[in-house]
Amino acid sequence: MARYILRRLGYMIVTLFIIATLSFFLMKMLPGSPLNAEDKLSEEQKAIVLEKYGLNDPVPVQYVRYLTGLVQGDLGISFKFDNTPVTQILMDRIGPSALVGFQAMVIGTILGIALGLIAAVFHNGFLDYTSTIIAVLGTSIPSFVFAGLLQYVFAVELGWFPVALWGEPEHTILPTIALAITPLATAARFIRTEMVDVLGSNYMLTAKAKGISQAGRVWKHGFRNALIPLVTVIGPMAVNIMTGSMVIEQIFAIPGIGEQFVSSVLVNDYPTIMGTTLLYAFAFIVIILIVDLLYGLIDPRIRVTGGNK
Amino acid sequence: MSKLLEVKDLRVSFNTYNGEVQAVRGVSFDLNEGETLAIVGESGSGKSVTSSTLMGLLPKPAGVIKSGQILFQGEDLVKKSEKEMQKIRGKEISMVFQDPLSSLNPTMKIGNQIIEGLIKHQGMNRAEAKKKAIELLDQVGIPHPEIRVNQYPHQFSGGMRQRVVIAIALACNPKILIADEPTTALDVTIQAQILELMKEIQRDTKTSIIFITHDLGVVANVADRVAVMYAGKIVEIGTVDDVFYNPKHPYTWGLLGSMPTLDAEDEELYTIPGTPPDMLNPPKGDAFAPRNEFALEIDAVMEPPMFKVSDTHYAATWLLHKNAPKIEMPESVRRRIEGFAKTGKKGGE
Repeated sequence: MARYILRRLGYMIVTLFIIATLSFFLMKMLPGSPLNAEDKLSEEQKAIVLEKYGLNDPVPVQYVRYLTGLVQGDLGISFKFDNTPVTQILMDRIGPSALVGFQAMVIGTILGIALGLIAAVFHNGFLDYTSTIIAVLGTSIPSFVFAGLLQYVFAVELGWFPVALWGEPEHTILPTIALAITPLATAARFIRTEMVDVLGSNYMLTAKAKGISQAGRVWKHGFRNALIPLVTVIGPMAVNIMTGSMVIEQIFAIPGIGEQFVSSVLVNDYPTIMGTTLLYAFAFIVIILIVDLLYGLIDPRIRVTGGNK
Repeated sequence: MSKLLEVKDLRVSFNTYNGEVQAVRGVSFDLNEGETLAIVGESGSGKSVTSSTLMGLLPKPAGVIKSGQILFQGEDLVKKSEKEMQKIRGKEISMVFQDPLSSLNPTMKIGNQIIEGLIKHQGMNRAEAKKKAIELLDQVGIPHPEIRVNQYPHQFSGGMRQRVVIAIALACNPKILIADEPTTALDVTIQAQILELMKEIQRDTKTSIIFITHDLGVVANVADRVAVMYAGKIVEIGTVDDVFYNPKHPYTWGLLGSMPTLDAEDEELYTIPGTPPDMLNPPKGDAFAPRNEFALEIDAVMEPPMFKVSDTHYAATWLLHKNAPKIEMPESVRRRIEGFAKTGKKGGE
């Protein structure tokens, strides 16, 4: 097991290196330069700035310099945000994104699982159709539409929450709900489909023949078996949501990563773009590793090699 | 011998989009303490539906008990609520299913699958139940039970898994064990081992067994009595000797005649012509008549009642009526039966 994880960590470093390389060159191919917006600068001033940030060097030289910094944990200095180190920006920004994202994932997944289980148990009944309708609405309506609706109903009409403000725990409620819709709908759909399958399987009949009650069968025998496909989709979704939803963060004025990523792309803030991309990639790779390990925990048949032999 | 289970005129139907499928059409039989009753029949004859009805395992809401009684120790199981049935399932009556590969939960240690019933029905704590689980695994012939108890189903072979399924079924010392084709999914050598195990268990525990199968060789091997089912009805019932050496129903003749044996030289294997009837619209009269070369005119009009052959032997065929023409079983079947008698074996053991 330890060997497996070690090997996976090795692959992770290779993957990160490839992603860093690709995104570096792709970013350099973007039209424009960081100075586009700064029209007031004279030619000499521009030259000084370009020289200072090493942007006059050939791209390969810049690439090697970036990688050297990266290995030492230095993501460079942002061009835009007052020369703050990119690591600093990311550290400041990840908090709000992760908080809202985490809340949304937990609430969405738990409610979604509950909804899916109810739908499966009452297969083809009223509750099943209700749950399916909720799931379809949740998947097909974009989260920013929900965000707008939530703002209108709970902030404008009822006045329970501020429309868009950051600082207090209650400010996270509306964005959390808006973001939770996606994992909720996904979890509900996956759990329902899987659970309907599981409920019809022979081992559930064996459990029934043992005298186990329906609730006991669904919970002790069914749930774990229905979980695998959900874990597969929910992992990457967690990364997406926790590293910041650009639209939701804009709508609710959350000082998160997504919001800052958009503005850094707009002004060609190379180090910040790179830093955010790498953070995203890193989180993704870590989650995929965790998902792979979770598979083994959930289903003993897919325990990783090198484990209990 | 006292009666443990009495099934009286049981009728079970499935409501489908096409209409009502009459899977079981008036089945009656008794099960005595400590005996093995085999129910044989081809696919769709209603034998599995009968057995799952006994356990209250009919798929709801499609499966419906139309009428009849299932008296277990004097109490009618048909009238029991789901909650009451949960106290009977696994404790008084338990079941071994056909496919051991899919009848164990793949994500649960087999020890936990065994102790569930013990904790629920016998009020044991986990430690006691686990000790009992190890004993049970030992009893069904699984080596190193103390290690195996902590393993998952995929770490067992098919035959070993069926032993685990049997251990689960036996956990609470049930009075009746229903085995629904427990050897069908296994290869022949393993089949023999499992049958041997079931016989051993019966000797040791005196559990009554209802053995559902379509394999007459298996029947001869394990059963005390046999019920032959066709189109949702029992057409012949009797001791193994009655049914194997003195079969009365033309369908039983067909079944016995179509069993391949090793010593049947150059002889063409007998087959029953046609296919079983569509239970959506069961035929009028005797359901077997269209496939029966000995059918009488009355067979097309009226269903035959159960005729008594001896105290233990009954068959539902008009051929047994006192006015019926004397018809003997076909020559090939007679030779086959003589073959059983000569070798002292019944069927393709």
